Amino acid sequence: MALEISMEGIEARARDLGVDLTAVDLDAVALPAGEDFGIISDDEEILRDDDPMELEMGFANIVVVDNLPVVPPEKFDKLENVVRKIYSQIGVIKEGGLWMPVNPDTKKTYGYCFIEYNTPQEAELAREKTNGYKLDKSHIFAVNMFDDFDKYMKVPDEWMPAEIKPYTAGENLQKWLTDEKARDQFVIRAGTVTEVYWNDARQKMPELVFQKQYWTDSYIQWSPLGTYLATVHRQGSQVWGGDDKFERLMRFAHPQVKLIDFSPGEKFLVTYSSHEPNNPRDTHRVVLNIFDVRTGKVMRDFKGSADEFTASGNISVSGVSWPIFRWGGGKDDKYFARLGKNIISVYETETFSLLDKKSLKIENVVDFCWSPTDPIIALFVPELGGGNQPARVSLVQIPGKEELRQKNLFSVSDCKLYWQNSGEYLAVQVDRYTKTKKSTYTGFELFRIKERDIPIEVLELDNKNDKIIAFAWEPKGHRFAVIHGDGPKPDISFYTMRTANNINRVSKLTTLKSKQANALFWSPGGRFIVFAGLKGFNGQLEFYNVDELETMATGEHFMATDIMWDPTGRYLASAVTSVHEMENGFQIWSFSGKQLYKVSKDHFYQFLWRPRPPSLLTAEKEDDISKNLRRYSKKYEQEDQDAFNQLSEQERKRRKQLQEEWEGWVSKWKQLHEEERAYRMELRDGEASDEEEEYEAKEVEVEEIVDVNEEVVAFELDQE
Amino acid sequence: MRPILMKGHERPLTFLRYNRDGDLLFSCAKDHTPNVWFADNGDRLGTYRGHNGAVWTCDVSRDSTRLITGSADQTAKLWDVQTGQELFTFRFDAPARSVEFSIGDGLAVITTDNFMDNVPTAQVKRITEDPDDQSEESLLVITGIKGRINRAVWGPLNRTIITAGEDATVRIWDTETGKCLKESDKEQGHQKAISSLSKSADWSHFLTGSLDKTAKLWDTRTMTLIKTYVTERPVNAVDISPLLDHVVIGGGQDAMNVTMTDRRAGKFEAKFFHKILQEEIGGVKGHFGPINALVFNPDGRSFSSGGEDGYVRLHHFDSDYFNIKI
Repeated sequence: MALEISMEGIEARARDLGVDLTAVDLDAVALPAGEDFGIISDDEEILRDDDPMELEMGFANIVVVDNLPVVPPEKFDKLENVVRKIYSQIGVIKEGGLWMPVNPDTKKTYGYCFIEYNTPQEAELAREKTNGYKLDKSHIFAVNMFDDFDKYMKVPDEWMPAEIKPYTAGENLQKWLTDEKARDQFVIRAGTVTEVYWNDARQKMPELVFQKQYWTDSYIQWSPLGTYLATVHRQGSQVWGGDDKFERLMRFAHPQVKLIDFSPGEKFLVTYSSHEPNNPRDTHRVVLNIFDVRTGKVMRDFKGSADEFTASGNISVSGVSWPIFRWGGGKDDKYFARLGKNIISVYETETFSLLDKKSLKIENVVDFCWSPTDPIIALFVPELGGGNQPARVSLVQIPGKEELRQKNLFSVSDCKLYWQNSGEYLAVQVDRYTKTKKSTYTGFELFRIKERDIPIEVLELDNKNDKIIAFAWEPKGHRFAVIHGDGPKPDISFYTMRTANNINRVSKLTTLKSKQANALFWSPGGRFIVFAGLKGFNGQLEFYNVDELETMATGEHFMATDIMWDPTGRYLASAVTSVHEMENGFQIWSFSGKQLYKVSKDHFYQFLWRPRPPSLLTAEKEDDISKNLRRYSKKYEQEDQDAFNQLSEQERKRRKQLQEEWEGWVSKWKQLHEEERAYRMELRDGEASDEEEEYEAKEVEVEEIVDVNEEVVAFELDQE
Repeated sequence: MRPILMKGHERPLTFLRYNRDGDLLFSCAKDHTPNVWFADNGDRLGTYRGHNGAVWTCDVSRDSTRLITGSADQTAKLWDVQTGQELFTFRFDAPARSVEFSIGDGLAVITTDNFMDNVPTAQVKRITEDPDDQSEESLLVITGIKGRINRAVWGPLNRTIITAGEDATVRIWDTETGKCLKESDKEQGHQKAISSLSKSADWSHFLTGSLDKTAKLWDTRTMTLIKTYVTERPVNAVDISPLLDHVVIGGGQDAMNVTMTDRRAGKFEAKFFHKILQEEIGGVKGHFGPINALVFNPDGRSFSSGGEDGYVRLHHFDSDYFNIKI
């Protein structure tokens, strides 16, 4: 902004006006409503006209209740009491805020009333809660906001055909997938700048695609298939994409939005905000909107107190366990569900209403998890009644709500559910109490979802007292890795769900002893895995080939906090984000553990690879390619070589140019130095200056006689 | 390259200086006694006793007979290098941060800090051959700089003085008039306080190091920015190799913030950069704290570093160093 006002300027002006600045309570100064003194916020136009609250102040706290019984004056008081009772439960009705008009001719009521609350929020809540309230059989309340009446009155009586806009071709939203060099993109956020780059591993550096300052107010996120980049602002969220220009594709108004989440097929966007309550004793109010990403329409909104949305009790940083809605049914975005008190509410996206109009009733359910591919929910109910009723893990099919499989578990302290990403296996990590109940030990229950009757296997580690530090399924594969052990150097074990002779037995492949690792990162293509020692372990990385059971390379990105594979599994990024101040930046590695390049950025917040949609090739075609890889890769090898030659050529040129520039400086300096020689000699009283005189180190031996002393020594000759 | 560890100071090192022949190394530290060492084997030759505060800086005359030191005890002192005898004391009302003899050793520029109510100054004193004729009178006093002046050095032919300091700006002053001739560009220049400044052997260009984690190379006469070297640490000390096209840059996390468990986090290495290509060549580890002083031997075949840890490390380069290709 060009406008800058110094404090001195303000003081001088105050003196001119005779105002004593110290007597002014600056906090009490507020701009008149609607006045901004011409200082326009840079994203003002965004969503400005979408805010109805601003326009219609005054009546937003009034609701109109219809379908009340029509009563004669004798019963007026009774009815009024009933209505007052119902509506004062929801909020504080203003004094004289309940008004039931009476027909002056018949002295009977009209069958409706107005209720005025202190706040619009209470009115909104009253509308939500009591619309459809059954007073008796023939009196079902119809509750509306007073402000909405105008809107309803304006609905034209005659139907008009919607105006059809001419079709305009949009941009190719998947242009980035057509990159000639088949590179992947990533986005980084450092300081106030957000930048999208190509990962150009050949050139050993990133190539800038797009850059923008203040692109987001809090954070950024790719949609799960990589089509959109979402930014979060005070007024709502926006998605960007298309060509390399990252044009705005859609806005989603949601004041004070805090968190966003895409559905896996990126059809829908869930936004979340929580608001300070007016009364400090109340809990925060929570608003959730589900938008259609392409049309920008609100498909469904949820409002309520924070308590309702944190029923499971596991409160994370922002006060909720995000995402509140978990999407199921694979990439079709057919269902979403949320955990409530003793219920799991499953919604379907056709009508955005509860499946079968009611939630799944499960006493004491604490956690659930969708299969990544099928509409199956895995849920966990903890032990009840001090162990009288065992803990339970069950699989529920949606939409039928049948229980596919159930397993009771005894003396359980906690359970964690891990789905394999193609939905074939489910691993349940079970922490059990020992007999004395003083400590716990861990085992696994492994479900084979795709087999008949879903067989369950029990797996215990060789040393079952080991603590489990991390667990990870091989993507698209049948193996998993576990970091287990106590102390600073845990072990890592690999297991497979398939064994050569006995196909349905889980068996151990190997155990690696004493590794400095606390996190596992499988390559998205499987086969390769990186063990990382993040945070406390200073960023040790080990690249491991699970097919060959051998370490390919080890590396270190000192203090690394995050590790991310690119969507193809060719490259790995390690980053130090600004949890601490030093070393911020990221490094790119090849899948085999070769460090390719490193970029340092201060205040580094986010590094995100742009996801890719699933491959269009069939499994057979993919197999064919990997078999005949040599034939396919020939062309690219030539390109690689060319690129390499070009690079070294460029580099040579650049260096030559720098060298020449430098020599230009040096010759100029030499000349000036020569010109000044006489003056310099003068300043040094005629002594030749600087390098003119060659100096030579000579070794000089100096002998000094310290003292001379003569003494007669007796000499004996009687030897012979 | 096995460094020689020189333990002669009890407090963090502040400054290092070779004499012109490169056979003596002078070291200053926050303890009160500067030392002089044999630059070849690191034997201590002697100390200069007399200061009553941290010694920030020193300079030695061309013929290696006189030493001048500046100290936090608000004095600058002239010494006889050989005998260690104190010859003269300049008194100020603020700590003396930087000293340097002019060409011909007839003048010295001394800077004083902004201390209590005093503004920072750079003062030019005449240095007489006979210490008995020495006076405290200043020939020129440069003022008008906000923030401490961390370094003031002579330009070519004693016609200019170059200052750099906390205000992140490099300035060139006329020694005749005391007027500011040139100022470094705000955009191009350093963004945080400049901690060090070092001239090339022929004084044609100089290198500045700053807490903004960069070092910058400038033309002495025109103040043109020639090169920028980007590092990962706040820079406390820089020097230009007199022999090869190399510069060395050292520093590290501020001593105040060093609480990390791992020494590597502090970035206490001395980093070598190619002067022309601006690319990193390598690093020399060893100090347990930030590096406060770095200096090449005038023959370019060894260098010394002084750290917050109180050690001076003297490194003679291996023959490999002279064959580095990048």
